[in-house]
Amino acid sequence: MFVFRTGILGGRVDISVTVNGEPTSHDVEARRLLVHYLREDVGLTGTNIGCDTSSCGACTVHLNGESVKSCTLLAVQADGQDVTTIEGLAPSSDELHPMQEAFRQEHGLQCGYCTPGMVMAAVSLLDENAKPTELEVRQGLEGNLCRCTGYHNIVKAVLAASGQPVKD
Amino acid sequence: MIPAAFDYHRATSAEDAIAQLAEHGDEAKLMAGGHSLVPMMKLRLAVPTVVVDIGRVTELSYIREDGEQIAIGALTTHHMLENSDLLADQCPLLGAVAKVVGDPQVRHRGTLGGTLAHSDPASDLPAAVLALGGTLVAQGPNGTREIAASSFFTGYFESELADDEMLTEIRVPKCPNAGWNYQKFNRRAQDWAIVGVAAVVGDGITGVGLVNMGSVPVLATPVIDALADGASAADAASVAANETEAPADLNASPDYRRHLARVLTERALVASGVA
Ligand code: FES
Ligand code: FES
Repeated sequence: MFVFRTGILGGRVDISVTVNGEPTSHDVEARRLLVHYLREDVGLTGTNIGCDTSSCGACTVHLNGESVKSCTLLAVQADGQDVTTIEGLAPSSDELHPMQEAFRQEHGLQCGYCTPGMVMAAVSLLDENAKPTELEVRQGLEGNLCRCTGYHNIVKAVLAASGQPVKD
Repeated sequence: MIPAAFDYHRATSAEDAIAQLAEHGDEAKLMAGGHSLVPMMKLRLAVPTVVVDIGRVTELSYIREDGEQIAIGALTTHHMLENSDLLADQCPLLGAVAKVVGDPQVRHRGTLGGTLAHSDPASDLPAAVLALGGTLVAQGPNGTREIAASSFFTGYFESELADDEMLTEIRVPKCPNAGWNYQKFNRRAQDWAIVGVAAVVGDGITGVGLVNMGSVPVLATPVIDALADGASAADAASVAANETEAPADLNASPDYRRHLARVLTERALVASGVA
């Protein structure tokens, strides 16, 4: 049975979310945003907040394997579900995920602020379309803004991660 | 930005959600994907004291044939619409319009029922459902009723739904042989349309829906009447802005919007096979 309580500050909820394969649970306000849950309650600060208005994609994580903007989800919407953040991608502490490796190889980042969200969006994109065209990569990342790179090297990185040749 | 505090209830079924609405009246708000509601709550444009989360009512997530129609559960995501083979075969406009809503992250969460019930005149899908002559099924404490899309939108972010009703299904006609097109005019990826035009012509349907040309999603009746009288695409499009109340904002003046409506309607009609 799902429990919710009413208090002077509004409802609080007990939630349990599997984050990067590990169980987490906290007593949070119903209005807690998922990104705050991840950063402040769980302590995983790899997921960034850029715009806070579902425009920039810096806060992108996977909910049950699909990219979502965690600034626009309530933590309680992820109750009982699987969340993957940038910290959960790499197979081990000395090995990068192929998408992370491709961003590194292709120089797909400068300041790095957009990168966690960009990488999470890119992994979700390839899950749905394993061999995208360059145009499909550009369109597939339309929900993620980068103020540094001009996108070209990000697009190259995603194409490289999909195992396709990259033009210089 | 943090929403105002609220009490949360997770509905287990449509009946459960409707019972919550009946108990809390207009204090309560249904939340499907939450991708329109949560941003409005963060800006405190919406301050519900009870949120009824219908996001787990998975039996309302489907796309299936129903005689001459396609029946779509209200909780079907835009992502499901854009990837549906059934829609691609039988009603391609809807999947194509779903594909240009927001961005992939938004389409993973946003739902067809949510966007219709939200009744934002700037949203893409309401205009497509209007053009198709769709039917909306609302469930309330006393059962269900059907509402024609053409009479569903009643005002700015207002619909025909009563406080204790929930949208459960959307029906659109099969129209595999109709010409169709969606023109979305915006300046940046993932933006709302400054103006959008959805057209379907053929298979017994002549429908044109306009995005962002008034306080509600608009059925372009003057265009439809002109086409019925045999007008060319150019002549029918010339009346596209008639009877509209185009809004002014930072992106466009009403005059510019009226111009866009005419130009985009002509393009949409030509692409739909109107000479
Ligand atoms: S912080 Fe979530 S989209 Fe920008
Ligand atoms: S690398 Fe700086 S915002 Fe993308």
